Amino acid sequence: MCLAVPGRVAEVREDETALVDFSGVRKEVSLALVDGVEVDEYVLVHVGYALQRIDPEEAERTLALFAEMEQLQGG
Amino acid sequence: MKYVDEFRDGQRARQLAGAIAEEVEEERSYHFMEFCGGHTHAIFRYGVPDLLPENVHMVHGPGCPVCVLPMGRVDAAIDLARRPEVILCTYGDLLRVPGSRKSSLLQARAAGADVRMIYSAADSLQIARDNPDREVVFFAIGFETTTPPTAVVLKQAHAEGIENFSVACNHVLTPAAITHILESPEVRELGTLPLDGFIGPSHVSTVIGSAPYEFFAEEYEKPVVIGGFEPLDVLQAIRMLVRQVNAGRAEVENEFTRAVTRAGNRKAQALVADVFELRKQFEWRGLGTVPYSGLRIKEAYAAFDAERRFAVEVGRPRENQACLCPSVLRGVAKPTDCTLYGTTCTPDNPIGSCMVSSEGACAAYYAYGRTREPAVAPVDA
Ligand code: SF4
Repeated sequence: MCLAVPGRVAEVREDETALVDFSGVRKEVSLALVDGVEVDEYVLVHVGYALQRIDPEEAERTLALFAEMEQLQGG
Repeated sequence: MKYVDEFRDGQRARQLAGAIAEEVEEERSYHFMEFCGGHTHAIFRYGVPDLLPENVHMVHGPGCPVCVLPMGRVDAAIDLARRPEVILCTYGDLLRVPGSRKSSLLQARAAGADVRMIYSAADSLQIARDNPDREVVFFAIGFETTTPPTAVVLKQAHAEGIENFSVACNHVLTPAAITHILESPEVRELGTLPLDGFIGPSHVSTVIGSAPYEFFAEEYEKPVVIGGFEPLDVLQAIRMLVRQVNAGRAEVENEFTRAVTRAGNRKAQALVADVFELRKQFEWRGLGTVPYSGLRIKEAYAAFDAERRFAVEVGRPRENQACLCPSVLRGVAKPTDCTLYGTTCTPDNPIGSCMVSSEGACAAYYAYGRTREPAVAPVDA
C-alpha cells in the first residue's frame, strides 16, 4: 500500500505532470508534490504522484558500502 | 530497473548476511520490529529470516493501512457504496477486506453498488467531473505516503468548485502507532514482546523525514534505522541495528539516504497541514484507540468531507473471535499461531485483514510458503 517505485522522468509537462518511464512502460505522474523536477532525474512514484526525487550520489554511496564489504570478504 | 535491481543482488545479500552473522554477539538475542508492511513483504519474499543468524528475530509490526482499518470503517464504506446516488472510489487493496457479516466492497459491487477501483486519487476527481449527477466519494486510506495526494485532490476540488465530490478520510500516522506499541503493556510491563529496535518506514519517511523518529531513540532508548524496501536495504538496516545494540547506542540512522532526508518533503507536509488536522483519537484494528493518530478534514474543506455530508456512523461490530489479527498486528503472535491460518483463512477467502493485503503478515507468510518455522526460502535475485 505504501510502496513507491522509482522511474525516470522522460518528459515534463506544463500542468504539473510528467511522463515517467518505468523500465519501458511510460505513465503519467503528478508533480504536485515536488518542485523543479527535470528530465532524466529519477523520482519515487506512489499512487500516481512523485513523492521525492532519488539522489544518485547517495544511491552510489550505499552501493559502494556493499562493494567494500565484498572486497573485505575476498569476493 | 534502475535503483531496484542493484539492491536485489542475491550474492551481495548472502555477503551482507555473513557480515551480520560475524557481528552478532552469541550470548545476546536481537528482536527488531519492522513497522511497515512493505518490509514484511520484502522480508518473506527474499527469504530474509533464513539468512539471519538464529539469535536475530524479526517482529512484524502493524504497518499496513489495510490491515489496521477497523471493521466498523469497512462497514461504513459498504454502507456508503450501497447508496444509489453514490459512486465509491477506493484503492484496490480495500475491495476484499471483510466487514462484519462476511460482507466486502467487492460483494457490495456484485450486488449492484457502484464501487470503482482507482489507481490514483486524481482518478476519483476525474470520475466526479465525468459524472456531475452522481455523488463521488473517495474512500481514502493510507499512511503519510498516501495522504499528500489526497490533500492535492481536495484542494483541486475546492479550487474548481466541484460539488459532487467528497472524501472519507481514514489517513493514519506512523509515529503515533510506534509510540503506542512502545507504551503497550506487552513491551513495558510484561516483557512478552522484546523489542531492541525498529526498521523505520522508508517511503513514509520520504515525506515526513527521519526527524520524527528521534523521539523514540531518545525517549524509549530504542534504535531506529530507516531502511529501503529492497532486500539489500533491509539486510543493511538490520546490520546497522545490530551495531547500535552492540555498542549500546540508540540513535536514528538512515540507510535509505537516496530518498530520505532529515526534514522530508516540506511541500507535501505543508499541503497536508493545510487540509487536514489531527483527530483526538482514532481506532486501529489490533491497537485499539490510539490518541492523535488519525487525520480529519479541516473546517475550511468541510464541504468535501464525506463523513459530514453523509453523516457516516462508525459502529463497533464484533470481530471473528478466532482471528488473531489483533495480536499479529502488535507482534505478539505469529500468523501460524492462528487456528484459522491456511485452513479456513487463505488469500482467496480471507477471514481477517492480515490475509488480504500482500503486505499483511498472514498473507506474506502464506504467499511464501511458511507453515511452521523454520522454512527454507531461496534468495532470488
Ligand atoms: S490467519 Fe486469517 S484469521 Fe488468522 S490472524 Fe491471520 S487473517 Fe486473522
